Amino acid sequence: MTIRDRAAIVGIGQTPFAKHLGRSEYDMAVEAILAACDDAGISPRAIDGVVRYDMETTDEENLLAALGNPCLRSFACTAWGGGGAASTVVLAAQAIAAGMATTVLVYRSRARGKQSVYGRARHLGGRYWERLDTELPGLNQWHVPHGLVSAFQEMAMIAMRHRIDYGTTDDHYGEVAVAFRNHAVRNPRAVMRTPMTLADHHASRLVSDPLRLFDCCIETDGAVALLVVAAERARDCREPPAYVLAGAMAAGRHHIRLASFFETPREEDGAPRAARQLWDMAGVTPADVDVAFFYDFFTPLVIMGLEDYGFCRRGEGGPFVEKGGLAWPHGRLVCNTNGGQLSEAFIHGLNNLNEAVRQIRGTSTSPVEGCELAFVAGANTDPTGAVLLRR
Amino acid sequence: MMRREAVITRDLPLPLPTLDNREFYAAARRGELCFQRCATCGRFRHYPRPLCPSCLSREFAWERSTGRGTVFTWTIVRGPTLPAFEGNLPYNVVDVVMGEGVHFVSQILDCPPEAIHAGMPVETVFVPVSDEITLVKFRRVRSEDRQSR
Repeated sequence: MTIRDRAAIVGIGQTPFAKHLGRSEYDMAVEAILAACDDAGISPRAIDGVVRYDMETTDEENLLAALGNPCLRSFACTAWGGGGAASTVVLAAQAIAAGMATTVLVYRSRARGKQSVYGRARHLGGRYWERLDTELPGLNQWHVPHGLVSAFQEMAMIAMRHRIDYGTTDDHYGEVAVAFRNHAVRNPRAVMRTPMTLADHHASRLVSDPLRLFDCCIETDGAVALLVVAAERARDCREPPAYVLAGAMAAGRHHIRLASFFETPREEDGAPRAARQLWDMAGVTPADVDVAFFYDFFTPLVIMGLEDYGFCRRGEGGPFVEKGGLAWPHGRLVCNTNGGQLSEAFIHGLNNLNEAVRQIRGTSTSPVEGCELAFVAGANTDPTGAVLLRR
Repeated sequence: MMRREAVITRDLPLPLPTLDNREFYAAARRGELCFQRCATCGRFRHYPRPLCPSCLSREFAWERSTGRGTVFTWTIVRGPTLPAFEGNLPYNVVDVVMGEGVHFVSQILDCPPEAIHAGMPVETVFVPVSDEITLVKFRRVRSEDRQSR
C-alpha cells in the first residue's frame, strides 16, 4: 500500500486571524471546521476520521460533542507541535488509503496572542512558556533552569551553530522576513501587513542572539481546518482538489531535547530523512516544485529547511535566499505566499497548508502562475514530515 | 477574562530528579559532573537514559567527567524571559561539547557576551540552588591554566 495519489484536500476553512480575538480554542476550532465543510460541500456529519495535534485542546470527544457525530472510525495525533503540520495530511491520507475512513478532518486552533490566556493550564492560550512548572521532571530540566525557557531561545542556539558552520548572516535572515512580509501585505487575512525592508529587519531588537524580533513567528489567535477525502471522490466536491501526490514523516531530534539535539549529524536527522522518502515516493525533484511552504517559525530554520529538503546544498541556504530568492513572483523558489507564521498568523503551520491548497486552486493573493506542484513541510527541528500537493 | 499576570511562573524552575537521573543530581551536590558510561562499548551519554543508543546495552556506570569542554553553540538571551531570570538579562546560554564527547547545556559565569565564541574552552563550576539541586555551570579556562593542567 502507498499513499501516493490516494487522497486529496477538498475543503479549507479558517477563522479570522488576529493578535487577540478573545475566544476559546474550542470556539475557533468549530468555526474553522464548519468553514472547511462548507468549502468542500460536505456535511460535518460525514466526517468519520480526524487528525489533530497532540497539544490541541479540542480533542475528539469535544469535537463529537459539538458536531453531533455519533462516532469516528479513525483518529490520530501528530506529536510535538509544528513538526506535525504536514504530517497531519500524511496520516489523513494513510487512513483513507487503508480504507479506515472516507472523510478526514485536520484542524488546529490556537489562542496564542500574548494576552489570549483563557485558563490556568499550560495549553490554554497565551505564551505556554510563561507558565512552565517550577519542578521539571521532563527533558526541559536540562536547559530551562539555565534560563533557556522558550522555543525561540532553543532555536537561537541551533541557528547560531548554522552561522558558525556556514557563515549565515543577518542579511540572509532579513531576506526571509522581508519576502514573507511582502506576501502578507498582499494578503488581507494576514495579521502583519506593514511593509518591511532589510533595514527594518536589522533595526528590530535582538531577543536571543542571533534572533531578532522580526526573525520570530508572531503571537496570534485563530483556527484552520482542512478536509481530506479519497482521490476518486475529490472531483465531486465544490472546489478543485489538491491531490496528495506524496507524503513522508520522520522522527529525529527535537529542539526541546536540546542537550541531545547535536548528537545526530544533520543529514541523519528527521527532516533530511523525510526529504529522501518524500522525493522517492513522488518521483519528482525539488526543481519541479512551483511553490514551497516551509515551517517558518524562525527565519534561519527556513534557510536550514531549503538545505534539509534538497532545494540547495548544505550550507547554501543563505546564498539561496539572497536578492529576493523566496519572493513572489520572480524568486528562485517562491515560498510562503500567505506571509507564513512570520507574518500571516502562527497556527502551528496549518495555515501554510491552506495557502498551498489556494495555490493549487489558483486563488492565492500572490498566485504562482500555472502552479501544478506545491511543497509543504512541518518544523524541521521537530519530529516532522512533508507533503507534495498537485493540481 | 483571565489575565496573563495571574498565570505567569514567578519562581525559578528547577529539575525534579527521577529514578532515571537522581545519580546525576546526587553527584552535582557533591561537586562532581557525572555522566552515564556504557559498560559494554564504553561510550558516554547525556542526558541520562536506561539504554546505550550506540550498542543497546543496559549495563552502565556513572563516571566522573573531567569537567572540561569547549563551546559548540550559544545564545545571548535579551528577553522576554521568565521573571526568575529577568534580573540577569542579558545572559548567555551555551551548549558545551565535553571532553567525553557529550553535549551539555548550561551557562558561562562571569563572562561578557562578546567574549563567547565557538571552540572556547570552559570548565565546570557548581552552584547550589536548593537543598536538593546543585546546577552545573561553567567558567572560562584562562590560557595559563590550560598550559599547566
